[in-house]
Order: sequence, then structure tokens, then C-alpha cells
Amino acid sequence: MVVCFLIHTVCPVSALSPAESRILYSRDFGLEDVELSGESREDNPEKRRLARKEKLGVVARQVRSAVCLSREMAGSVYVEAVLGEEAVALGEAERGVLSLGHGEPFAGQSVALWLGVQALAFTLVCQPQENLLLAEGTLRNLARHCLEELRLLGTGSEVLLKSDRVDAMLQRLLPHGQLLFLNHRFAQNMDKELSSYMSK
Amino acid sequence: MFAPGTESLVKQAREIQEEELQRFYGRISKHLLSNKEVAVEVVDSLQRLHLIVSATKYARTLPPDLIKKLQTLLRSLSCPEQFQILSSAILRESLPLSLHTLSTELSQDSRALSYMASVVLSQDLLPLCQHLLKFLESRQPEVQVPKHTLPILSKIFSFSPKILSEDQVNVVSRKLADWLRYASVHQGASMSSGGFFTSPRIRQPAPMTEVDGAVAGDFFTVLCVGQSYTEDQWMNMYTFSMMKNWLLTYDTEGTSNAESDDRSEVDSSVMSMVSATSSSSRLLPPKERLREKAFEYCHRLIEQSDRKALKRTDAELQKACLVESVAIMDIICNEDASYVYRAFPCIKALYGRLSPDLAFARALLPIAQFYLNHSETAAVDSEAVFYQVFTRFPAELFNEPMLAFEFVHFCLHNVSVLQEKVVIYRHSFPNLLKFLAWNSPGLISEYVELLPSLLAPETAIELLHSLLDLPCLAAALDLQHRSSCYPALDRAVWDQQGSKITASLDAFRQPSYRGLFLYILRPEAGTGDTIDRLSTLHEALEGMVESPRVVRCAQIVPVLLHIYFNTVTQMADEKLLNQLLLVLLERSSLLFNIKNFSTEVVFSTHLQTLCKLHPPLIVDQYKELLEFVTLFIHSIYLAILYLSYDPRCTVELITSFFEGIEAVLFEITQVRQSSSPPCYSPRLLTVLMTALAKLASRSQDLIPRASLLLSKMRSFARSGPVAVYFSEEDTEEIITRAHELINLLKLPNVAQFVLAPSTHGDSPRWHRDTNAGLPQRMRAISGLLHNHSNFLPA
Repeated sequence: MVVCFLIHTVCPVSALSPAESRILYSRDFGLEDVELSGESREDNPEKRRLARKEKLGVVARQVRSAVCLSREMAGSVYVEAVLGEEAVALGEAERGVLSLGHGEPFAGQSVALWLGVQALAFTLVCQPQENLLLAEGTLRNLARHCLEELRLLGTGSEVLLKSDRVDAMLQRLLPHGQLLFLNHRFAQNMDKELSSYMSK
Repeated sequence: MFAPGTESLVKQAREIQEEELQRFYGRISKHLLSNKEVAVEVVDSLQRLHLIVSATKYARTLPPDLIKKLQTLLRSLSCPEQFQILSSAILRESLPLSLHTLSTELSQDSRALSYMASVVLSQDLLPLCQHLLKFLESRQPEVQVPKHTLPILSKIFSFSPKILSEDQVNVVSRKLADWLRYASVHQGASMSSGGFFTSPRIRQPAPMTEVDGAVAGDFFTVLCVGQSYTEDQWMNMYTFSMMKNWLLTYDTEGTSNAESDDRSEVDSSVMSMVSATSSSSRLLPPKERLREKAFEYCHRLIEQSDRKALKRTDAELQKACLVESVAIMDIICNEDASYVYRAFPCIKALYGRLSPDLAFARALLPIAQFYLNHSETAAVDSEAVFYQVFTRFPAELFNEPMLAFEFVHFCLHNVSVLQEKVVIYRHSFPNLLKFLAWNSPGLISEYVELLPSLLAPETAIELLHSLLDLPCLAAALDLQHRSSCYPALDRAVWDQQGSKITASLDAFRQPSYRGLFLYILRPEAGTGDTIDRLSTLHEALEGMVESPRVVRCAQIVPVLLHIYFNTVTQMADEKLLNQLLLVLLERSSLLFNIKNFSTEVVFSTHLQTLCKLHPPLIVDQYKELLEFVTLFIHSIYLAILYLSYDPRCTVELITSFFEGIEAVLFEITQVRQSSSPPCYSPRLLTVLMTALAKLASRSQDLIPRASLLLSKMRSFARSGPVAVYFSEEDTEEIITRAHELINLLKLPNVAQFVLAPSTHGDSPRWHRDTNAGLPQRMRAISGLLHNHSNFLPA
């Protein structure tokens, strides 16, 4: 199962310190909370939410660091792509994976897959036994959809205001955090549904 | 991509004032109350509301009537999906919780249910679980199971396996087995309209096809394609997607492995015949039946993966299916060893098919895992598989981040078995270190755990050399990678790399250096601890010294050395420790010339620990140690002597040298009564003191510090323990020298002249040149000094 999906910055953000990352979209598949014992669940939803947000922040920071190191070591310098060049941007994206230990930040061990596309990163955190080949393919597919539907290569803020589009994508491609074995036909069916959603 | 506009929007959302926020809530409430034809405005407001509630770490509490309206939207069947999505998202992020209200009225509609589930699941599992089980338990064929039942269920039992009772597990198992094995093989009703020329015959459902276009040969799987899919085919896809998780949760509980092994030893011959024919599977209990169906499904997927897919998506899916199928077969075989005899022919054939092609490397890892777990049971030889995996993959795929990760985790997961039963594992450490050298920051935490398993007495020395040369390995791999990307003739591209790197690239291609590079890039241990011409290799790689990959690699070496020494001191005998000490002494001056590397390495080599644990070491190795110390002294002497002759000698340089020597001398003076005999000679002390004074005379700000330390040396030399270990002559020598230097430093200009003569000193003519005046100055100084009685020793 997937624990969370994030879209966050890997470029410097003026309002934040150098190592920090601004999370532009996050979907937490809420698995963490379930592990807590009965009493604490009802007691303090505020505290739990805060804890969840902070954990996502930790993941984003770690991935940001990994993306920057990867770029530094490869000596890669990206040329800013513009709207319409989504395929190019995706083709040049760096990918990587890092393991998150117990309590760092999720209770159980997990694996963070990331895709660095210019100033942003797409991160998928999975449980350790997950099929990483499938997860990688799903992440790439999600990133492609996001780049196109949220016009991420442009200067707009659709990622913030049109987050329901990402929810619609996740609903189909990653329902409740379940990775799916989609051949091109299943995927086409989903894409058709998504296009009709986006056009409304 | 991330424009200032976006950042300011975030800021606005976070900093919105309470008053304005309440007004906003009111507006939305009103809009939701009125007719939904004002859709665009409502959507826009909801989108902004979502941003507001999700932008802060601290939850926002929405007014109750707004919450109620959002819940209504969520439940409503005629509501457009966008409203459901937005309501679901907003309710997830805000307070108060909607758990009780929503869970009492869970929707019948599949899509609404799913969005409600997103909210409910973040809070509690039970209500939803019971709701879904109703559908699964129903025996009425017309009851449509909501589409996302399985993903939701999957989530529920992943984290709360006990939520399903034994009976419920059986009910679900039965349903899963049916979906897995008995989905329709015909395409669903066509979505597109018939068109003008549709003839009645086209209305008959066409069969499914394989990924290469052939008609589907057997039962439906995720690798079957068709124009559109029926409900049960969708369920087939969802079922397979969660199958591994289900089996891991509910099919590995039962009896422990030991027991089932015993059972299977006795019954295996009988069992394998029975399970080979699936006709008897109807008689099996639900769990075992599901196992059987899952096994058949995986078998079919493996066969289907041999077809040449027409679309790239499908080709990639085939690989993912291979990984999943082998993993599921592994789980099944772990639970019921009788399956091993059915699985092995299939897995072996698969291995034969995939092993030549490195593009399938990631699929070979689960196969290696299968061999590791079951080759003994099946009495199949696994040496070839591990040979392939440990010699080819790291050597040729070191730069593939995903493979590197999976490979290293495979090793970690199986570390004890690999150490015991797979001989090539430990011998491949030169290869295994390649993943780390290429991606040090990304894999260091894994290697910290893995390194102890690579340490064996017979290869310990070679491993130490490999760790010390890890940055060289990184440099060599980088060159190999660049070299393979650019053909030698494309000089223009080559030269673009920067002149330093080009020089190293050229060296990489030269036949005279071939042997050196072959050594550093070797796949296996055992061909020699190190090479004679290591310094030549370092020179050839000089151009890579500042490359980021190499620098990052150098940063993690101290950590590895730390682990190495912690481990080796527990397992090594005296002989090995002696050898290690020698290696350290030898290598401390033979390290790849990266900034700060030598210092860091020396400090992490636990030299002190080694000696403390085995004091006899010092006696055994005293000759080597002494040679080392002598070399050290000479190096300092020469360094100081010629330092001032170079016009590039700056104040910073002098200060750094000074501080280095100051630190050493300071350490030496911290002698306590009970400490072990000092392992430095008196000569070392006098040389160091003179060096200190020389440097201070060149940079006069340092004189007070030098004087302080020199007086400390004086008291130190008179102290009890030292007086015992050094001879009287030596002690006197130290004290006298300290005294002379202190006094000399009181007269800075004189000191400078005497201790650090100018460049003319390399062709001395002073004794001849009466005007230059050394004799004259010497006479002047003597006079001065005679007049000051404190020159004389106390």
C-alpha cells in the first residue's frame, strides 16, 4: 500500500530556510493513524493532524536533499521547459529511492520513491514489501498527468487551486493507496474518464 | 514552475483573518443552499476553502452547518463528482470529525461510497469494513459489489488484520478465488456507438486478446486486453493487485514453517500429484483454494510475459507482473512446500529466459530470492544464479538507482543466509562497494548495516584497502560511465568535460594504465590486497579529485572505517591486528588526495583503540612505528625549512601548520601519572619545538602562543613520568632547547633572522659577504644576550 503522495518544491523558496520544501499537494492515505490505540484516536484529532503534517514535511525535506545531491553528483543542469514540453521534462527527470527507517518519520519502515522534474518533485511513499517496479510506473504516470492537468510547467497556481484534479487522478490510478496492475487498455479507460472530468 | 504567485497564494491562505474567514464560510454555506446551477462560483469557493484548510499545520474548525452541507453533498447520488471530491478533501482536512455522521449512512453508490470512505478511513475502520462485507457475503448475484471494495478492504486489513474473523476471511477468500480465476474471457459491451454501418453480427462480444494481439489463450488476467471490460474483469484486476498483500496477511499465519516442512517431506510425493490436477481444487477449503488459484494465475502471467507486447505500457507491465508473480509463488511455497515442485520448473525456465538480458535485472532479484528460499527443498543447484547476480549486476548496473536499492535490500534481507551459504557473497565485496561508491549519500545507511557481513578474516586486509580507496573507485566508475557515453573520437564532447577530467579520461583509455583500472574495478576479492603502483593510479585519477561524486564518497569513508574497526577488533587475532596496523601506517601517506580526506581517515582508524586493546602490538611493531615516526619528523623538518622559501606562503598557511604542531605538542603535555610510556622520542619533541618557534618567528602574532607552549614543554620535561622514561641527557636537551627558543622569541626580529632566514639562504654566502652582515649580526646578538642574564638555564 502507498502511505502518501506528495508534490513539493526542490528549488529554494524565499519564505523558507534553504533545506526546507514547500508541499504543494499532499495526499496522506491515513494509514499511520490506524496503528494508534483506540483511546488516543478520539482524544486529540488536532494533535494527530499536526503530527501527520509534520511527518509529511520531514519526508519532503529528505527527498529534496536526495534530489539535490543526485543532481550535484550527476553534474546535471536542467534547461527550463515550458508548457507543451511535458514529455521532455519528464524524460529528463531524475529518479531515485530512499528508505525511511522506523520512526523516520512513519512508525513502520517505508520506502520513498521520487521523481525530480525541474523545480518540483513527485514523491510516493510505500510500505517496504511493495512492488517497486509497479510503484515507479504509477508514479511516472501520475507525474505525467499532473504536469499536464495542472499546467505545472507554467507560472500558474493550479496545483493549489485545482487540487481536486489530483484527487480525481488518485481515485482512479491509486484508489485508497492501492497500486494497480493496469495494462494499456485499463489505463486508457481511466484516462478517458479523467479527460471527461477535467473538461467539466 | 514554482512562481512567486503560488507562494503568495499559500501565504494568503495561511494568514487569512478570522473575520474574513467567517464571512467566507457564510458565503459558501449560502451558495450550497441555493441551486447548484451557480456551479462555477461554488466550485471556485470550495477550491479556495480546500486550500485554506490544508495550507496550515493546525487544523481549522468549520462551522457545523457548513460541515453538514458538505456531508450532504458527499452522500448525494446526483452530485457531480467534483463536488464529492472537494467535500471529501475538505472534510478530511478539517474539524470537527465527520466519522459518526457519515458512517451511519454509508452510500450505496460506488463512487460516493469511495469518497466517503476516504474521509471515514482516516478516522476509523470498523463501520466501513462491516458495510463492505455485507456486499461480499451476499449470495445474490444481482448485488453489485462497489468498485473500490477491494482497495478499501485492502487498506483495512493491512493495518488491522484481526478486523476480519476466520469466517469472514473464508468468505472473502472464496470470492477472491472466483474473481481471480473465473472472470469472463469476452470483451465487455462496446462503449462506442455502432455507427451507420453496424451490422448485427458486430454486437456479439469479441474475445479478449493477449498483449501481442493473439486471441487470449486461457483464463482472463491483467495481461489480457480488450476494447472494454466487464465488471468481473475489473474485479479480476483489483483482486490481483491486492493478492500479495492478502496472502502475506492471511496465508502466512497458520503453522510455522518448520512444521509444514516436516509435513511436506512425508506427503510431498502424494501432494504434488494431487495439486497438479486442479479438478480436485473444489474440495479444498477456501484458503487453500485461493492459494491454488493464485498459483495458477501467476503461472499464466509468467507465460504471458514471454509474448512481445505491442505497447510499451504493456511491456513494462509484463516486468512488474513477473516480479509480483515470482514473489507470490515464493509466499505460497513458503506456506506449502509441496508447491515447490510445481513452481521450480517454471521459475528455472524463466531464469533461463531472462538471465542474458540485463534489462530484466530487476525481475531476476525475486528469482534469486526464490532460489535462496527453496533451492534446497527442491535439490536444485543455485550457484549459477548467485554467480550471475553478484558478478554481473554491480559491475554493469551500478548506476541504476532502483536496481541498486533493491539489490542492497535483497542482501540486507537475507544477510545471514548469504553469509552462511552463498560463498560468492563475501567474495564480491569489490563489486558490492560499487553501488555505494556511485551513490554514497543515498546508500550509506544501508551499507552501515551491511558492512559487518562482508568482513571475513581472510579478506579483511583487502577490504580495508578497498574502503580506503573507495573514492578512487567512485572516480574510476565515473570515468567508465563517461567513457561509455562518449565515443573516443568525439573529441569536442570529450573536451567539454573540463581539462582536469579530460586528462583522467585520457588516462582511463591508455593501455599503460589498463591494469590499474582493471584492479580497482575488479568484481571479486582474492587477487591481491592492493597493488604496488597505487600512487600511479592516484595520479591518473587526480583530475577527479574535486568531482562531486568523489567528494561525497570521501565523506562517508570515515563512517565505514569506524564500523570496520568496531567489527574487526572483535574477530581478529593478533596476527591480523599486526597486519592491520601496518596497513594503516603505510596508507596514511598513500591516500587519494581529496581535501581533508587524510585527516578524517586517520582519526577514524581507531589507531589508539587498536593499541590500547593490544599493547603488545606496539612492541611487535615498534620498528615500523619508529620508522614511521622518523619519517614524520623528517617531513616536518623539511616542510618548515622550505616553507618560507615559497612566495605563496601566506599567513594562513603558516597558522595552519602552527596549529597542527601546537595540537600535537599540547596532547603530549597532557601526560598523567598512570599513563603508558610515551611512544615518541625526545628528538621528536625538540624538532617540533623548533618548528613551532620557526613558524612563530615568521608570523609574529603567534609568538605569545609559542612561548606559552614552550614553557609548558619545560615543565613537562621536568615532570615525574617523563623524567623516568627519558634519559637525563635527553631531558636536559629538551629543557635547554625550550629555554633557548623562548628567549629567542622575546626578540622577534632576531628570531626571524636566525630561525627563518630569507630566500637568499639557499645559496649562502654570508660568511663571505661582510656587508650582508651575518657575522656582524651574530656579534651584535651575542653582545645583547650576554647582557641579559636570563639566557642562562635555571
